[in-house]
Amino acid sequence: MSDHIVKSYDRDLENMGRHISEMGGLAEKMLADSMEALIGLDSTLAHRVIAADQRLDALHSEIEESAVLTIARRQPLAVDLRECIAAIRISGDIERIGDLAKNIAKRTLKIVSELQVSRAAVGLRSMHEIAATQLKDSLDAYALRDIDRARMVWETDADLDALEDSVFRDLLTFMMEDPRNITFCTHLLFCSKNLERIGDHTTNIAETVVYLVTGETFPGERPKGRGVNYVEEAGEGAQ
Amino acid sequence: MSLYETRRKNNAIATGLAWLAAGFGLLWLTLILGTLVYEGGRGLSPTVFTQMTPPPGSTGGLANAIAGSLLMSAIGVAIGTPLGMLAGTYLAEYGRHTKLAMIVRFINDILLSAPSIVIGLFVYEILVHPMGHFSAISGAVALSLLVVPVVLRTTEDMLLLVPGSMREAASALGAPRAMVIGKIAYRAAKAGLITGVLLAVARVSGETAPLLFTALNNQFWSSNLNAPMASLPVVIFQFALSPYKDWQQLAWTGALLITCAVLTLSIVARTLGAGRRKSR
Amino acid sequence: MTNAFNVTKPHPVKVSVRGLNFYYGSSHALKSVSLPLNENKVTAFIGPSGCGKSTLLRVLNRMYDLYPGHRAEGEVLLDGENILDPAIDVNALRARVGMVFQKPTPFPMSIYDNIAFGIKLYEKLPVAELDVRVEQALRGAALWDEVKDKLHTSGLGLSGGQQQRLCIARSVAVQPEVILFDEPCSALDPISTAKVEELIEELAEEYTIAIVTHNMQQAVRVSDYTAFMYLGELIEFGQTDDIFNKPAEKRTLDYITGRFG
Repeated sequence: MSDHIVKSYDRDLENMGRHISEMGGLAEKMLADSMEALIGLDSTLAHRVIAADQRLDALHSEIEESAVLTIARRQPLAVDLRECIAAIRISGDIERIGDLAKNIAKRTLKIVSELQVSRAAVGLRSMHEIAATQLKDSLDAYALRDIDRARMVWETDADLDALEDSVFRDLLTFMMEDPRNITFCTHLLFCSKNLERIGDHTTNIAETVVYLVTGETFPGERPKGRGVNYVEEAGEGAQ
Repeated sequence: MSLYETRRKNNAIATGLAWLAAGFGLLWLTLILGTLVYEGGRGLSPTVFTQMTPPPGSTGGLANAIAGSLLMSAIGVAIGTPLGMLAGTYLAEYGRHTKLAMIVRFINDILLSAPSIVIGLFVYEILVHPMGHFSAISGAVALSLLVVPVVLRTTEDMLLLVPGSMREAASALGAPRAMVIGKIAYRAAKAGLITGVLLAVARVSGETAPLLFTALNNQFWSSNLNAPMASLPVVIFQFALSPYKDWQQLAWTGALLITCAVLTLSIVARTLGAGRRKSR
Repeated sequence: MTNAFNVTKPHPVKVSVRGLNFYYGSSHALKSVSLPLNENKVTAFIGPSGCGKSTLLRVLNRMYDLYPGHRAEGEVLLDGENILDPAIDVNALRARVGMVFQKPTPFPMSIYDNIAFGIKLYEKLPVAELDVRVEQALRGAALWDEVKDKLHTSGLGLSGGQQQRLCIARSVAVQPEVILFDEPCSALDPISTAKVEELIEELAEEYTIAIVTHNMQQAVRVSDYTAFMYLGELIEFGQTDDIFNKPAEKRTLDYITGRFG
């Protein structure tokens, strides 16, 4: 895309993009750290994740403000307008992802002293892998304005949903086995919910990327239907 | 010395010279006007307006000359104004870039600066000579030939000042061309057009040369257009050249009257022009 | 997609421009332009200076006729009738296709006479009826309340925005079918601009409107359809929402987003 006649306009948009990639990197790191802390029951790392959220929030409001200012100043149209809208939306999603990672870290602090079921975290680890890949892919899709990659994220979200269902059943089994596991497993249950919602936010980001590039919203429903059978299969396998 | 100071000095010198030149010009103007008011004012009395031009040695006034001037100027303007306005309208509205317009404009400029005695001779040739005698009507025709170029020029200039967007706006309502010009352009240029006519009147009311060959002079009251008629400029010309004291006095008074008339017309024209500019 | 108009919803077409070419002497100002003006809709013409948008507008009421050497070829159908036909009565055409200009151009007469001038061109009305028509026109241009106490003072005494609305009222008074706006707000302050834009929106209920504007936001705000022109060509025509959100042509995008073309 050629440059704007007004150079500072380009700089404004570039700055927004840069801040978003900074937010993205930060959120990725928080997510990875929070999971590492959860698996390894590392309270120092968990504290670090909680502390990192502040920077994420600050970046979020900075981006929002500069997007609003750009709209007021330049009255952007077409792709430029969508650029501003996308920055607001995506930074919001990343901020939420950060919050969810922070929540995982907080729960880590709570379960450190509880009775632990090491088998229980296995499913969460797979969920984390998918969520992390989705986050990375959605951020890449944004950075590269890559619709295909965005579509991929959008489609793989169903896998994450399916996996959450199976993790839910696993944790339920552990709780039924031994009521002393209930506190630990309930926290893990919330963590799995967090990971699933992180997936949702990455899907949002992917949708925003498609809107940004094409000016159109994603056609049709999210591919949730496909996940149902998967859930059944996975559920059966677990029993 | 710095560049700036040099410039300041030069500026002071130039300003001083300009003041001097202006003062020099004004000095003569004041002297002329002063003499005129002094000499002319002495002879000013009601009889000037009521009595005819006298034979040498007896008292009299300028009544017949004043009336003749008014009548011939009026007829001259009445003939010349419509001609000039119509031609000016053609130049500004219809023929703006045509060859004919260029030729008309060129000829008009020549006419505008032609010595008025030439006009007098011309009318003498085409009217006085065939008719066999001098007449007021040929005087009026000569004056009208002086009116035409002035009115034509101001009409064209004033119409050109009317913004094209106003004509377009009127046309866009579906007004035909004649309506656009008559109802909109003339109205927008009204003050300017009146100014042009007033200036033309001022110009012809002081002309002597064209009348010498056409209306000649008449010592008595006459309203016959087919006979010679007195006029202020010609009477002034004749009386001023005479050796008689009372004639010379009447000439001064007549000159004062013409000057006052021209001055009044000019002031009215200027005021109209200024009022017009303010309303823009 | 050049010169094609794929309007999805069929809408009655008031004016249909077909293969229009326009020449200023030897310079080719419009190059086979084709587009519709849909009835009771606002169509905006945008594009950089000299792209031919004003020229196109001035073809629609044959304003170019006033100047020698200006020549249009092709077809412009107003309700199916070709207005470029030399046999057509230009003044009658202009009564049907009104125009409002860039600079307000009140005539040097009273506010009342400014409006009455146009009406009197076509109808001989008794004074009482004329009064009613003048009031209607002024109300139609949202100017009545501001001028009703000074109808017989000069139109030149109004503010710029009021003068422009007076000019709109003058056009409306003739009861045209189409109104052309040639950058009507470029000489107005933002408040007057807003009033004129509001007026255009209202007028669209009764009239078919075409507007030339340099202000892209204005085109977005007031128009239903937008035509982007460049160097005498129609680059893109479509619904305004599409043109300003996802134009099909890169040249359109570059122009509306302020990029180097």
